[in-house]
Amino acid sequence: MSNQDHDKTIHEFIAKDYEFGFTTNIEMEQAPKGLSEDIVRFISAKKEEPEFMLEFRLKAYRHWLKMTEPRWSVATYPDIDFNNVYYYSAPKKKEAKLGSMDEVDPELKRTFEKLGIPLLEQKRLAGVAVDAIFDSVSVATTYKDKLLEQGVVFCSFSEAVTKYPDIIKQYLGSVVPYTDNFYAALNAAVFSDGSFVYIPKDTICPMDLSSYFRINTEEIGQFERTLIVCEERSSVTYLEGCTAPMFDTNQLHAAVVELIALDDATINYSTVQNWYPGDPKTGKGGIYNFVTKRGKCQGKRSKISWTQIETGSAITWKYPSCILVGDDSIGEFYSVAVTNHRQQADTGTKMIHIGKNTRSTIISKGISAGVATNAYRGAVKVNKSARNARNYTQCDSMLIGDKCSAITLPTVDVRNATAQLEHEASTSKVGEDQLFYLMSRGISLDDALGTIVSGFCQDVFDKLPDEFAVEANQLLSLQLEHSVG
Amino acid sequence: MLEIKNLHASIAEDDTSILKGLDLVIQPGEVHAIMGPNGSGKSTLSKILAGDQQYQVTDGEILFNGESILDDDATERSLKGLFLAFQYPVEIPGVNNAQFLRMAYNAKLKYNGEEEVDPIEFDDFLNEKLALVDMNESFKDRALNFGFSGGEKKRNEILQLAVLEPKLAILDETDSGLDVDALRDVSAAVNKLRSEGRSFLLITHYQRLLDYIVPDVVHAMVGGEIVKSGDKELAKELDKQGYDWVANV
Repeated sequence: MSNQDHDKTIHEFIAKDYEFGFTTNIEMEQAPKGLSEDIVRFISAKKEEPEFMLEFRLKAYRHWLKMTEPRWSVATYPDIDFNNVYYYSAPKKKEAKLGSMDEVDPELKRTFEKLGIPLLEQKRLAGVAVDAIFDSVSVATTYKDKLLEQGVVFCSFSEAVTKYPDIIKQYLGSVVPYTDNFYAALNAAVFSDGSFVYIPKDTICPMDLSSYFRINTEEIGQFERTLIVCEERSSVTYLEGCTAPMFDTNQLHAAVVELIALDDATINYSTVQNWYPGDPKTGKGGIYNFVTKRGKCQGKRSKISWTQIETGSAITWKYPSCILVGDDSIGEFYSVAVTNHRQQADTGTKMIHIGKNTRSTIISKGISAGVATNAYRGAVKVNKSARNARNYTQCDSMLIGDKCSAITLPTVDVRNATAQLEHEASTSKVGEDQLFYLMSRGISLDDALGTIVSGFCQDVFDKLPDEFAVEANQLLSLQLEHSVG
Repeated sequence: MLEIKNLHASIAEDDTSILKGLDLVIQPGEVHAIMGPNGSGKSTLSKILAGDQQYQVTDGEILFNGESILDDDATERSLKGLFLAFQYPVEIPGVNNAQFLRMAYNAKLKYNGEEEVDPIEFDDFLNEKLALVDMNESFKDRALNFGFSGGEKKRNEILQLAVLEPKLAILDETDSGLDVDALRDVSAAVNKLRSEGRSFLLITHYQRLLDYIVPDVVHAMVGGEIVKSGDKELAKELDKQGYDWVANV
């Protein structure tokens, strides 16, 4: 590369095409735009839900009406017109029921194949079961029967509501009540699908489970709900991925994830979020990713670990958290959040220590390029009851270029004197000296930047399941390509 | 191998002039040493040769193997066979040393139209090179220069030199911060890497290094220019009489 070319690429933000920006042409069935009690009833009826679900939804809806939209994040955006959103949009069923592979619309199969998520239970994917969610509904879940042989339930939320109403009744809203926040209330009122996982006692889930979320319709709101229950001495690794087409308008994604771990249970939950980030130059379009994720370590010695790689979305607002109720329980949060161009992210975690000897670890890596904003917001709370609680927090920010910003907003609230908390934070700029050093070894500018950034994220990548670690690394390089200036 | 003609260069940010008409010719297989006081521009010269964008060439020419490299970025210059051992090697946290070395090595192979090597093949190759520079295998698993002592960093530079097998290696004050034993080891490694097709440019304050790596030509650099050139005896003379002696010639 000549020096002139070099200057050209590093000073110009070349809009790297978002590779997942295509739309699927398929006949959809939609509820009219807007939100009302009728829409809530429509969704519930559409899903043939039992009465208790409709009541849950209506209570949530009525509560939501009284709430105001939270605007305390660092992100700035125009007001959202909640009546200009489709709350239900599903591929028209060809016949009978979706769910079995043979019944999945070939167009949808092709869509997921294009996204690298084959819905066929092929040999080479033997390690991972997938629940594929397209707009408002789950279109297919692989390996369902095989998992069930070991008592593991992995199905769409809608199916779980009819088949396992008792478990749903017991746990729905137990970690994230509909009163929790504005978007959690909205989700509770109108959520249309999601994934449900139940791991029975003494069972190590025989394969990794995953959900893949795809938004297809313009002006849709995707409201999915995931519930994972791990009984005593069981464990599961769960992976989540997301993409959406490119539209000039913003789509709302307001999900709720609830995890429950009983005695000695372990849940590892990993997310690679690659929603459409909006136009690189104008910032038009992109997903508003307003998500509430929380896990409850209810049992003794239980463990919940969140790992997230956030590279997409116009705005990210999420704080995967752990409530450490059981004695000796462990909560972990490992995060890499990348913002480039005009993206805005306000993300972090809450660790709430209630049980004795509870431990939590927070490692957050924020990378900001272009004119993006990247905030880490975290809270560590140690209740009176939490004797010998320990927390280790490390937040590192990396800036690429001089027009972006990084903000760290940690809060600590300790009510028990035996607690031990450590906090480390750093902000670094990708140095010209580092780039020059790597380039002087024959490594290209983009590879040099990718190497520095992935080195910066190494402690988090180490926590990802193998199949995700490679993807995360590639995604990061793509997202930051040509961002040195 | 290298031909520098009337090179003028300044700091890009504020136009401070550093090199003021420097000429230098290095033939294949030759070892040249540039000595000079602080601020003479000798480290700057090494960075400019490697393509550091903090400096701009305002006049003159740099020919490498007969071709101008002024339009090439640092990557391209390295791929063409130019190597700079840094005076202050940069720490890059989280980047595995062995993986970095393989990445650089593969970039070179690819550039030369050769097949890239997998980690297992590379490991054998790397072990040989480690032995050559008398480095422990534990260096492979450490993060690139991160937390290395000054001496370890310098050894790691020579390791990279051994791995990349450049046509021209510039050693920017490789001797600074080394104790006598480390200096002897590093020099021995460099001497092993000397060959007919490979040239070296040593940049140093002290004659000491040149007792171990004996140069063919020694240059005295003062005020951004080469003011005197000679054989290895010149280095001894400079050590004895100081730079005022040549500056006033």
